[in-house]
Amino acid sequence: MAKMTLDQLRKLREETKGEMTRRETEGKEIQVIVGMGTCGIAAGAKDAFEAIVKAVDEHKITANVVIRQTGCMGLCHVEPTVEVIVPGMPATIYGKVDAAIAADIVRKHLVDRKLVSGHIYDRPAIDIVNK
Amino acid sequence: MHYTVCDFLLDLVQNSIEAAANRIQLSIIEEDGQLRLTIEDNGKGMDETTLQRVQDPFFTDGIKHRRRKVGLGIPFVVQAVEQTGGDFTLSSQTGKGTILSFTFPAGHLDTPPLGDLPGLFLSAFCFDGDYELIIRRRNQERELDYSLSRSELHAVLGDFTDAGALVLARQYLESQEA
Repeated sequence: MAKMTLDQLRKLREETKGEMTRRETEGKEIQVIVGMGTCGIAAGAKDAFEAIVKAVDEHKITANVVIRQTGCMGLCHVEPTVEVIVPGMPATIYGKVDAAIAADIVRKHLVDRKLVSGHIYDRPAIDIVNK
Repeated sequence: MHYTVCDFLLDLVQNSIEAAANRIQLSIIEEDGQLRLTIEDNGKGMDETTLQRVQDPFFTDGIKHRRRKVGLGIPFVVQAVEQTGGDFTLSSQTGKGTILSFTFPAGHLDTPPLGDLPGLFLSAFCFDGDYELIIRRRNQERELDYSLSRSELHAVLGDFTDAGALVLARQYLESQEA
């Protein structure tokens, strides 16, 4: 792979941006937040994050989705954790999210608007909710 | 799962961001059989009492999670450094910032693998907040020597919450390591 320059990166970004601008009118309504605390990192949160980025890009829903990182969500026992906020659906925290589950979450929850069973966990622990 | 050096570093970058630093410098240098890592920030810094306790895994400042009683980032690093006979130094001044450096002997059996550097850089650039992160990377053997700036990448790519931008950022970061 040849070393890419910032100018080359800018050109690539402009090419993809033209395609995105047409869809941006609806605004970004969906949020996907990946817990990246020590516990999350140790359990593989970076793999989950990358799988989400890849899947969102592949499903061409980039224009509607905000992907963010945060610290520990208080669910260390089921890391990696991912919170998904989709209008019209309950805000959901998924736990034990590896790369395959992350791709599933994007396909089922973000695209098909269905919850992914078997990986839904409670809201964050009391120490975070009460702060 | 075993920790990689990148995992340690991501934790430490988060510490700097949470310390309200608006300028963070990270360097990852491999030369003369050593892996030298430094992270320097201009965040709120630590007083002497806090400094003495940061290596205790059951100590945290409690700012992020009020009732949380553990702080594992620095203790994990110190443990790994001690296992390999490396070096660790930490200096900090309240209101001025913190400098943390550690070194691993590259050939030691217990030195953690470097891990996924492009992934680390991408994650470190993606946290919320208005901070500049400068990354200096050098590998003598592979003749690699480059710097990255969060603000420069931001200017080119725009929003780091956008999957399209993140995919391109990853490609760019991978190409620097190639």
